[in-house]
Amino acid sequence: MNKLDLAKWTQNFAKKQGANDTSVVISNSRSIDVEFRDGNIDKLTEATENSLSIELYAGGKYSSHRTNDLRKPALQKFVNNALAMTKYLGEDPFQALPDPELYKGRPEMDLQLFDANYHQVETKERVANARQIFERIDGKDNRIVSVTSNFSDSHYENIHLKSNGFEGSYENSTFGAGAEVSLDDGSGKKPQSWRYYSTRHLKDLPDLNMIADEALKRTQDSVGQDKIESGSMSMILPNDQGRGLLGRMFGALNGGNLQQKNSYLDGKLNTKICSDLLTIVDDPTIIRGMGSRYYDGDGVAAKVMPVIDKGVLKNYYIDVYYGRKLEMTPTSGGTSNVTFAPGKRSGAEIEKDMDRAILVTGFIGGNANTTTGDFSLGVSGWLIENGVRTKPINEMNISGNYSDVLNQLIEIGNDPYQYSSWRTPTLVFDGIQFAGL
Amino acid sequence: MSDYSRRDFLKVTGSGLALASLSGVLPGIMGCATTKEVQSALFTRFGIDTETIRKVLSEALVYGGDYADVFFENTISNSIRLEDRIVNSASTSVQLGVGIRVLKGDQTGYSFTEDLNLESMKKAARTAANIAQGSKTIPPQEFKPMNLPNYYPVNVSWESIGIDKRVEIVKSLDSEVFAEDSRIIKNYVGFTDSEKYILVANSEGLLSTDYQPMLRVIVYCTAEQDGERESNYFDYSMRDDISFLTPDRLARMPKEAVARTVKLFDAKSAPAGEFPVVLTPGSSGILLHEAIGHGMEADFNRIGTSIYADKLNTKVAPEFVNIVDSGLNPSLRGSINVDDECYDSKETFLVENGILRTYLHDRISAKHYGVDPTGNGRRESFKHYVMPRMRNTYMLNGPHTQEEIIGSVKYGILADQFTNGQVNIGPGDFTFYVKSGSLIEDGKITAPIKDVNIIGNGPDVLEKVSMVGNDFAMTEGGWTCGKNGQSVPVSHGLPSVLVSSITVGGKG
Repeated sequence: MNKLDLAKWTQNFAKKQGANDTSVVISNSRSIDVEFRDGNIDKLTEATENSLSIELYAGGKYSSHRTNDLRKPALQKFVNNALAMTKYLGEDPFQALPDPELYKGRPEMDLQLFDANYHQVETKERVANARQIFERIDGKDNRIVSVTSNFSDSHYENIHLKSNGFEGSYENSTFGAGAEVSLDDGSGKKPQSWRYYSTRHLKDLPDLNMIADEALKRTQDSVGQDKIESGSMSMILPNDQGRGLLGRMFGALNGGNLQQKNSYLDGKLNTKICSDLLTIVDDPTIIRGMGSRYYDGDGVAAKVMPVIDKGVLKNYYIDVYYGRKLEMTPTSGGTSNVTFAPGKRSGAEIEKDMDRAILVTGFIGGNANTTTGDFSLGVSGWLIENGVRTKPINEMNISGNYSDVLNQLIEIGNDPYQYSSWRTPTLVFDGIQFAGL
Repeated sequence: MSDYSRRDFLKVTGSGLALASLSGVLPGIMGCATTKEVQSALFTRFGIDTETIRKVLSEALVYGGDYADVFFENTISNSIRLEDRIVNSASTSVQLGVGIRVLKGDQTGYSFTEDLNLESMKKAARTAANIAQGSKTIPPQEFKPMNLPNYYPVNVSWESIGIDKRVEIVKSLDSEVFAEDSRIIKNYVGFTDSEKYILVANSEGLLSTDYQPMLRVIVYCTAEQDGERESNYFDYSMRDDISFLTPDRLARMPKEAVARTVKLFDAKSAPAGEFPVVLTPGSSGILLHEAIGHGMEADFNRIGTSIYADKLNTKVAPEFVNIVDSGLNPSLRGSINVDDECYDSKETFLVENGILRTYLHDRISAKHYGVDPTGNGRRESFKHYVMPRMRNTYMLNGPHTQEEIIGSVKYGILADQFTNGQVNIGPGDFTFYVKSGSLIEDGKITAPIKDVNIIGNGPDVLEKVSMVGNDFAMTEGGWTCGKNGQSVPVSHGLPSVLVSSITVGGKG
């Protein structure tokens, strides 16, 4: 039975057994991952998965369930048990399927989320790719302790059916390649770093030799890292690091956190929350974008949405459930592609002009409090003096409150990152509190 | 593999963990069932017999692998959530499948199937078999069942507890949170239980079975005072049945959650720079997990990438420091009766009287080093290969009292609630996030502090453990360790400890 037929059968069965409404997702995926180390395949993993999720709305009550046993007798029992359990819950007037009007207006273009060549990729080629990355690094530096390279790909398909008329399906592919390198710098420490890229289409991956070179360079750059004096300094975030700072701040834009009073941005819609330089648009329609989509988890049609316009907060991420609770129109339950209005200069040009700053090339640990906006994050990178990288640093920390720090943004680059749903350009902040010695 | 999956981290488990129930009751899996009865019940559950296993292993070894194993798993989880005073959603999840692994030297071939018919299993076995490229190895004719102790016996299965009972507990916790303090404006309660049934058989003819229960309850509340808001939580997680939730424990949850939250209104931000840090007993064991635990996992040492590689039997800490990783602690979240590749669970000394003693091994690394396995071979599920993973990691009592320890600090930080941590294995730098603590001034606890990350270097910090208290405690919370994209439940503990100097990431 195909997925659509099985989804319809499950929906009909659940309704016959007493559900008022249902939302059913059936998905299957296949992924293959090759890890290469010391001249050999270290791990070869192949995964094929199936899953059925059903949300039940029954008598004003709501529950959600997932199983990987898709045989009909097992599903019947599964749905019956799920319905039985739902009876014991409290009625929640806000739990219901979305207004079907929200389903309308999906992007009509082909987002090209699936690489038609996916099925032509053979494991021989995967191994050859992982080997190429490994061999490019192996022997390039006599301090190398270990090189592990990786090539992986996956194919995901799903069908989504809601009992009030929503029907959607999509498939996507993901290709990934990267390497992790460890060096022995003679001090007893084993500096390590890595580089990993992922794309929807195979031919969009960067040159494998370049990935390998970057992984090695990053590791070499981390030799001799140490902490320096604590103090307030400028901070440069390269384009692949912006999410490390801003990702947690986006938690405060989430409808659930707003409604549960766990957001420092509660009540701040259409007010200035950060520097004029910051304009952020959530754009689900980027061709081959890692976060691109036709509709969100609620089935709400994907739309381009301004989030921050010249420092002014324009939209929260409101899903259907919390939209009802907050009496707000649903926007979307979560980020698609987070895009930024670019500045004028590249990261490299900006770096050359900095008198004294820390270039953060990695985050480690830390957390943020969405209720208050406080954050505290471990960092490593470089001390920049007079435009030159003078000292590699690590074991340092940045702390602040997003309400302050986002107003300290002084420049934004013209170099958005292409290999993530977070397409951040280089970001430069003034007066960041670094803790070290 | 995502950008982040290669990183190792530890965090308090999110409330989204999951789901639900309800296949047939398995008689005799708990309580006083014999090993044979348990195995027989699991054979029935998975619809297999030893002949099936032999055929699958035979296929797995068709190209001459050195070793193969099959890992059958059925996990059933239930979760209910309360928000805005209503138990307004429930989730259930059923996972069923078998993972097939083939080893050739240090190389791993791995595949799995969710379909437990012989043909599907043989197909997956042949995929995993491809890691080897030789002629057929012969599988065992018979399997020897392992007789194992039970470190988490339960009297009642979660499957037999009605949802109504869970609903009653959750509603009662919610009422008590609001009764506790008028500043509470929002409260969330999550109740998750799961039961994992495992059967592992390998090409050496060993066969192990396990039943792993898990409970987690969390209360997360938000308070408002003079226009300011703060949130905090309290949680329990154990391998136990519903009897763990005694009236005393249930009464403590709302009190602790509220006290932790309203305390934050008085909190100042922490200073920035290097300071002495006192860790209070319990969840501060996160220090060990990050500073030494991951670095002692033998996969990193086998390939030479850990900062602890080549440091066995050297002095790494003062002689009153003893650090253990154990799977044997009754009902703790990280306890296991047997690891996921048929090795007995054990108590393993990472550090004994200040000397670095034993790495944490899985099968590959134990063979590589030619040492006895330590029972640390774990995997998230049948979809994942085995790696050396921690279980319950803790420091034993030392010679000092908490009063002496705090009294010795002129100006520093007392850290007592933690949410997450991370480590870079090679250079050894690690972090842990302090949700709540206090300043220590002139040997006395003064103002509360909040939301500060602490960052240090593993071996450096172990050397700087200058005092160890006699008040050891384990964390009670639901900690989940992530490594290479796999999550497993763990626990950790510590007595009061003074680290003489470490970087505190405050706002200055």
